[in-house]
Amino acid sequence: MHVIALAGNQNSGKTTLYNNLTGSNQHVGNFPGVTIEKKEGQLKKYKDISLVDLPGIYSLSPYTMEEVVTRDFLLKENPDLILNIVDATNIERNLYLTLQLMDLSIPMVIALNMMDEVTASGNSIDVKKLSCHLGVPVVPISASKGEGISELIDVVIKTVKEKSSPKKLDFCVGEVHKAIHSISHLIDEQAEAAGYPVRFAATKLVEGDEPTIKSLKITENQLHIIEHVVKDMEAALQTDREAALADMRYCYIEQICSETVVKKQETKEQQRSEKIDKVLTHKYFGIPIFFGIMFFIFWMTFNVIGAPLQGLLEELIGVITEITSNAMIAFDVSDWLHSLVIDGIFAGVGSVLSFLPLIVILFFFLSLLEDSGYMARVAFLMDKLLRKIGLSGRSFVPMLIGFGCSVPAIMATRTLASERDRKMTIVLTPFMSCSAKLPIYGMITVAFFPDNAAIVMIGLYIMGIIAAVISGLLLKNTIFKGEPVPFVMELPAYRIPSRRSVLIHMWEKGKDFIQRAFTVIFLGTIIIWFLQSFNWSFDMVEDSSNSILAYLGSLIAPIFIPLGFNDWRASTALITGLTAKEAVVSTLSVLTGAVTDSQLSEVMFTMFSPLSAFAFLTFVLLYMPCIAAFAATKRELGSLKYAALAALYQTVTAFIAGMLVYQIGSLFI
Amino acid sequence: MTLDSIKPGQGGVISAIGGQGLLRRRLLDMGLTPNTRVKVRKVAPMGDPIELSLRSYILTIRKDEAAKIELKEVFEECM
Repeated sequence: MHVIALAGNQNSGKTTLYNNLTGSNQHVGNFPGVTIEKKEGQLKKYKDISLVDLPGIYSLSPYTMEEVVTRDFLLKENPDLILNIVDATNIERNLYLTLQLMDLSIPMVIALNMMDEVTASGNSIDVKKLSCHLGVPVVPISASKGEGISELIDVVIKTVKEKSSPKKLDFCVGEVHKAIHSISHLIDEQAEAAGYPVRFAATKLVEGDEPTIKSLKITENQLHIIEHVVKDMEAALQTDREAALADMRYCYIEQICSETVVKKQETKEQQRSEKIDKVLTHKYFGIPIFFGIMFFIFWMTFNVIGAPLQGLLEELIGVITEITSNAMIAFDVSDWLHSLVIDGIFAGVGSVLSFLPLIVILFFFLSLLEDSGYMARVAFLMDKLLRKIGLSGRSFVPMLIGFGCSVPAIMATRTLASERDRKMTIVLTPFMSCSAKLPIYGMITVAFFPDNAAIVMIGLYIMGIIAAVISGLLLKNTIFKGEPVPFVMELPAYRIPSRRSVLIHMWEKGKDFIQRAFTVIFLGTIIIWFLQSFNWSFDMVEDSSNSILAYLGSLIAPIFIPLGFNDWRASTALITGLTAKEAVVSTLSVLTGAVTDSQLSEVMFTMFSPLSAFAFLTFVLLYMPCIAAFAATKRELGSLKYAALAALYQTVTAFIAGMLVYQIGSLFI
Repeated sequence: MTLDSIKPGQGGVISAIGGQGLLRRRLLDMGLTPNTRVKVRKVAPMGDPIELSLRSYILTIRKDEAAKIELKEVFEECM
């Protein structure tokens, strides 16, 4: 079995190439210990060669999790070959990573992507000469058009079999060269013992790289000598170690490019991008256009396409439920089994599954935004707003989707480059009031605030945003303290998204959601069903007010006294709301025995005062999201413990906010 | 002169990168090294961040970061 590692910059077409090389037989998981996605698949037609997709990175410095993961994989897993994808339209910056990868002395092949764009614009790259200068095979390809892929596979297979490492390169000159070489001699035995390529280790020690110092067990004495060597180098170059190395690499790249690249003009795609940007990031129109696009996506997803499909799916599930139910009655199965299957599993999983069309359609639009390059512009437009709470503009889109549904919103945090931002966004997104909470707001406002319905609704949405802002400030200064990942982001040229990538993306998200519906969500709904259908002697109850759930509801009811209500029906509804937020409404009407809306309103006046009703709404707005969203949180945070902590945090926040509303309100009313 | 103080449409040649740690390293890795020509293309609608062009690609950084980039030469680039 041979392992090939696919490495390259973000926006270099890495995912498209990966999909081209592996087809659809991919295994998606996480790298150990972090929530960074690791995709693994077999090279098409070569069952004994597996391809691992590494995170898109710009450098091997050990600062971001993505860089650390890539480094660890390359150093510890000993892949047989690095397939480095290089964007030919942006070759200087892409080769920077290439030079660092070459230090690792692992056999390497360069896929020079987007060569079609280079030649179509009348520019050229002398591939043979480039390969000669770098000492590794270079294959020109166009991943999006599928050109050059079979040639690339041939070269990769040949290089793997020959095990030919990059030609030993001495692209460093002068003082840096002197420093790297004297350190190489000093540490070569330790580097070999630690499994580090000597040249890579020496270069990293010149940079002052902490992980290397630790892994090689560099002694005090050696460190002293290294520092001395570096000081001499810095004095001679009149710059510091990091700048010296970056400068050296870029100087070498400039020299190679001056001999191999002929660039008469910007590529057509770059020129087109500039024109598109004149509109989409326009000083006055940029932000309105963005909101227009988001409105369109929401409208299409939740109204035009999503809602009818959701209705259809619900109907289909209804028909299947009925058939199953009738069959079970015909076979005379026991009541509890019938109830478990129909009221528990079918009702619970069915209601969650009906979200599937929404998720698939939303991700269709989101992958268009992402793959076209527009998402980076959104980050550019919105960065200033989110910076104050310690996030970057990239988090804006997931948060906005949160107003529709927390589940795809949390799933969409995948596109965030920094793990810290991703985790923070996952915790804050459920504060954006999702559409499933609307029926609850509707029910309560009709009863208590018929004249001020709009103000109450808008107030709730704003309160959610305020909770997110305050939480952001709090998290920024406590759990997520430390240096945030700097906002230094490439704005890639706009490109037409490939149909294949979009389809694979939709398929992955849909599959992911269905898997969860049948695992975590399945379990959750069965638990709630059990609590709702049985009493303490484990007999089935006709009237759910005698169930364990109702008992638990009355047990926790007094907790809400500081929020101004103490009613077992309200607290029970909050528990069932965990399956799906709409369930709060249905539970309240079932438990109160109200048939019409006016009856329900009447009963509610015995449960709440207007002020405590608003405190109830505040709690509903902020407390932990439904099981489906919780499952997404668990998946994206990569641990049940952290997901539970996030849920606890959200619920405590909801409690405090509800209490503040009631207690402060009581002073005035 | 620092990079945050020039207007859109103007460009310059980098003389030094200030700052430290992750941020500085990232700027260097992205190709903002001494003697590199860089141009300011745009300012975001809310006044921050800014859009740069260098080494034939587009990069966006915040003004705080741009303030750490020293320029030795400033020129008006004709568009």
